[in-house]
Amino acid sequence: MPVPDSPYRGSLRRRFRLLPVAPSILLLLLFMLAPVAWSFYASFTDVALSGKAALNPQWIGLDNYARMLTDSVFPLSAWLTVVFVAVSAILGQNALGLLIALLMTKSGGATESFVGTAVIASWVLPEIVAAFAAYAYFSQDGTLNQLLGLLGVHGANWLYAFPMAAVILANVWRGTAFSMLVYRAALAQVPRDISEAALMDGARGWQRLAFITLPIIRGSIATNLMLVTLQTLAVFTLIWVMTAGGPSNASTTLPVLAYQEAFKLGDIGYGTAIASVLILIGMVFGTVYVRLLRRANQ
Amino acid sequence: MRRPARIGAALLGLVGLLASAACSTQPQTNEKQTIKIVYQKTDSFTALDKVFKDAKQEFEAANSGVTVDLQPIQANDDDYGTKLALAQRSQDTAPDVFYEDTFKVRSDVDAGYLLKLDSQLANWDEWSKFNEGAKAAGRGDDGSIYAVPLGTDTRAIWYNKTVLQKAGIPLPWQPKTWDDILATARKMKAADPSLVPFNMYAGKGTGEGTVMQSFYELLYGTGNSLYSERDKKWVVGSKGFTDSLQFLKTLYDEKLAVTPADALDSNVWKKVFGEWLPQGKMGATVEGSYAPSFWQKGGSFEWAGYAQDMAVAKFPTQFGKDPGGVSMSGGWTLAVGAKTKSPDLAFKFLATAVNKKNALAFDVNNSQIAVRADVASDPGYQAANPFVKDVSDLVGVTHYRPATADYPKISLAVQQATEAVITGKQAPAEAAAEYDASVKKLVGDAKVMQK
Repeated sequence: MPVPDSPYRGSLRRRFRLLPVAPSILLLLLFMLAPVAWSFYASFTDVALSGKAALNPQWIGLDNYARMLTDSVFPLSAWLTVVFVAVSAILGQNALGLLIALLMTKSGGATESFVGTAVIASWVLPEIVAAFAAYAYFSQDGTLNQLLGLLGVHGANWLYAFPMAAVILANVWRGTAFSMLVYRAALAQVPRDISEAALMDGARGWQRLAFITLPIIRGSIATNLMLVTLQTLAVFTLIWVMTAGGPSNASTTLPVLAYQEAFKLGDIGYGTAIASVLILIGMVFGTVYVRLLRRANQ
Repeated sequence: MRRPARIGAALLGLVGLLASAACSTQPQTNEKQTIKIVYQKTDSFTALDKVFKDAKQEFEAANSGVTVDLQPIQANDDDYGTKLALAQRSQDTAPDVFYEDTFKVRSDVDAGYLLKLDSQLANWDEWSKFNEGAKAAGRGDDGSIYAVPLGTDTRAIWYNKTVLQKAGIPLPWQPKTWDDILATARKMKAADPSLVPFNMYAGKGTGEGTVMQSFYELLYGTGNSLYSERDKKWVVGSKGFTDSLQFLKTLYDEKLAVTPADALDSNVWKKVFGEWLPQGKMGATVEGSYAPSFWQKGGSFEWAGYAQDMAVAKFPTQFGKDPGGVSMSGGWTLAVGAKTKSPDLAFKFLATAVNKKNALAFDVNNSQIAVRADVASDPGYQAANPFVKDVSDLVGVTHYRPATADYPKISLAVQQATEAVITGKQAPAEAAAEYDASVKKLVGDAKVMQK
């Protein structure tokens, strides 16, 4: 009997090649997927940090999700999360990162390395340090108001009067370096001869950008958007240190709300339900970007 | 298709084997026993750390072969509670003895975190030295005792005599009604517009401080209460609740208290104790009987002049009705973990930590009100600071929080209402209505009564 050839053998060999990575996949499942699965499970119970529900959590079905609809803070919080992601990640980090990368390819030399260092400095700081730095900058008697004072301007109490604007700016400051690095690498891949040919054809700067450069780095744009979106969705420390979600919930994004419910109020069930919604939002964004990416690669 | 599945199964088995092998290498049980103590320690709160260090020495000397493992948690009250609750959830991390806030006792008893101490207390001759009111702090809903109090506290108005004097207010000052407070505060503001005349905490930033050192002094002085002990129901829709919010709104709107932005900063109390009162920039604030612990020698905001400059006044009732004043009491306890492997040893350590010597040291260093009769009558306790008598007398007009399992959430709803009012987000009546709605949602209509 003839042995069924290559397709089977090939796939078997390919499967064997997976063997060395199997342990890491198992660990990934154990440490990443298991907590997510537990969190989903907990969101259908009333498990709490203290009280009777800590001892005997009850299965309450969709009650936690139904509660979100009547919760006075949740809709606000979901909206603030969308604003935070749209303005600080998609517009801020992504667009600013691209702009800086483009300008750096133009400038070169000392300017390039100076700008590069300045931008990356905020990125290499651990999140907690960056958060305290941002707090020190925006707080009532912080750096910003002292600088304004030199100009004779009496600055506002930014964290109190404009909490969302402050955390958005802080997140842009902190995360732009990542986008910049991604775009620097992508722009370096754009073949010089195509740009030059376009130049010969009389294309202006913005035309070359819109019709040549951007379509070529489309894949990198989608990847970058996905990464910065997911990172920004999960931002907690920055907001917690700067405003703790206040005043009066004016900067409470979903991670902050989930933390407050789960750990400040001890309501783990409701907290994990909010976290589950956050995961779903992340998955929706992720799917959209993967679609874009696939189209870009076709 | 079969083979990869088999490989996967084999790998899983291998991992399982490794995992179980790792788990089975537990230390062999020998005579050496360890009991784990969890408590709170911060830069400004080290009194308890000292007590436990002393108790560890004393206990290890008396019980050879036992090691006391002290595990202080560096956190504020809220975060300490969270970390402790998380540690309680697993046998591996649960402490044998721990420091527990009185208002969490019943909730944590329900959660099965606290060991019933009745049989140990029955054989402990020092238990009779604790006063009856304080014993109740550690009682569960079933009537059994689950925790032993370390000390208690009261709240009063602390005012800076020199600031009031400058504004021409006769001393000693004792407001009779809420209007007296406002009138005096306005006088101070007129005399020096840069002053913070009369501060009361508000908002979620100061957490439990907002309700204990501010809102409840108002509410319980209106004749209304948060909870009806008789009906076992939460009170909503009371005029007193709205009036209390209105009073805070007046204080903040007229800039008699700190700015709303400062009020929402969780560190505002450090400025009150460390800067504004000592520097004469604040007239008065409502604070706990433990205030001198910050100012006395070794405290975090040492201020030699506090004994001369500061004075204590009772917080008045709304219209001066009997008993003429309001105070709130809380305090902390020590409890034995329900998951402990050696309950008797753990209780023995607890008893060492609250013996007369250690309780006295704690009460003096932390300006606590003694709960042991022998400590209260000790000359060292009475001479601890010039205000011991003033704040101890307030026990006569004090109130305790409803220590039900729902309490922490209700407390947050109250804090939320004060925040909405001082930031101008809601009018007092609206904030009160939203509070009523959240209480109903939190505890269910059956546990709510309309006033």
